[in-house]
Amino acid sequence: MLDFGLIIKQMPAILAAFGVTFGIWIVSMLLAAALGFLVAVARRFGPKPLDWLLRAYVEVFRGTPFLVQLFLLYFGGPYVGLSLEPIPVALLAMTVYGGAYFSEIFRAGFEAVPRGHVEAAECVGLTRAQILRRILVPEMTMLVLPLCVNMAIVLLKETAVLSIITVPELTLVIGVIGSQQYAFVESMFLLALFYWLLVELCGVLGRWSEAKLSRFRFAPS
Amino acid sequence: MTEVSTPTGPAIVVKGVSKRFGDLEVLHGIDLRIDRGTTTCLIGPSGSGKSTLLRCIAFLEEATAGTILVDGAPLGFTEGPDGARTRLPAPSIRAVRAKIGMVFQQFNLWPHMTALGNVCEALRTVRRLPRKEAEERGMAQLRKVGLENRAGHYPSQLSGGQQQRVAIARALALEPEILLFDEPTSSLDPELTGEVLNVMRALAEDGMSMVVVTHEIGFAATVGRHIAFLDHGRVLLDGPPEEVFGAPRHPRLEQFLETYLDRGAATLV
Repeated sequence: MLDFGLIIKQMPAILAAFGVTFGIWIVSMLLAAALGFLVAVARRFGPKPLDWLLRAYVEVFRGTPFLVQLFLLYFGGPYVGLSLEPIPVALLAMTVYGGAYFSEIFRAGFEAVPRGHVEAAECVGLTRAQILRRILVPEMTMLVLPLCVNMAIVLLKETAVLSIITVPELTLVIGVIGSQQYAFVESMFLLALFYWLLVELCGVLGRWSEAKLSRFRFAPS
Repeated sequence: MTEVSTPTGPAIVVKGVSKRFGDLEVLHGIDLRIDRGTTTCLIGPSGSGKSTLLRCIAFLEEATAGTILVDGAPLGFTEGPDGARTRLPAPSIRAVRAKIGMVFQQFNLWPHMTALGNVCEALRTVRRLPRKEAEERGMAQLRKVGLENRAGHYPSQLSGGQQQRVAIARALALEPEILLFDEPTSSLDPELTGEVLNVMRALAEDGMSMVVVTHEIGFAATVGRHIAFLDHGRVLLDGPPEEVFGAPRHPRLEQFLETYLDRGAATLV
């Protein structure tokens, strides 16, 4: 018989852990999106060597597991004088990891904006900075929104990995409670429920914003 | 150059313009004179270079040789007597380009802005007009193309013909001296081309200087005061429509027109 009573008693600790997961997720997602945007802009408009350098960054962080990156930063960091607490390491690792993916999303988004839309802006005299701000960024944003929702969900689930460097987030806290109370199945069930709730919330927000933006969809021509 | 910069001089002078994409030269020393207040139609088979020539005049492509004078002012480059070309500074290029409005085959409206937003964009960001004044001017342009009641619509909510008319209003907003059209009706259903051609006809009657790359031979023959027939990157025929289309016709033009008649795609003079 499944018995949730033992776990329910631990609710205050679980909610606190939920807060940690939620906070790290939101903050690192915003930072990763900002980093990814800067990388995409720099690669599109910057000099060639910078493009190569940033491309290497993207390849490395997309090409290795997040778990390994996190381990290296947390346990390898002190060897190069970078000793950080678990939560700052978590934020840094998530931002750099997510930034690599976000930059590819934005880069593809910039490339998907029809060349003619930029030419039309050049013809009426917009400067390069104005074209970026007024044309490219808004058009790119509506193209990549579904991909960004996807990325947010991936990042949320990656926060579970943070438990291995003792970040007091949901997976760690519920796991510990589950083993102390001998309620493994119940705790994992509850854990899945929490993540699923957050993913659903994310999906709802994504669909809502997509609906808001749908009237801007590319005109058939 | 003082004599060409008077208001009675030609709107555009194209002198010896060549354009090369890698090993492929698509324009070979084009000479063309666009008179003020008239409509010039560039016709020719696909691959003849007519769109590339238009894009060079819009400075969307940079000619590899030769010069283009807009209102007497050199566009992009100046050429010394020895043929050496110097690139002009960006603000000067922008100033000359401001005399030119461009209308594209694919309309290229910005999908995240309303019809009015598209028309007002340059008035706001380039001319820095206050919102109210920009919108008044924008509405005046939309009225000109008969779309003032669609001001709040997004491009996706408009038909192809309406989108192209908004694009014309957008090109007119900065009050250019010359309007360029790159196959403005080629991506429209046949029943929608009429409304766009009517707007263009009205502009021609108002005395707008226009250069139109078109496959609408009927429009070219009736509205064009000047026809340039391009073939393999050269201007083969250049003159008023009576002369170009009248007998005896150049065999290449004859051949070109026949493909139209075969398809029944155009009514001929």
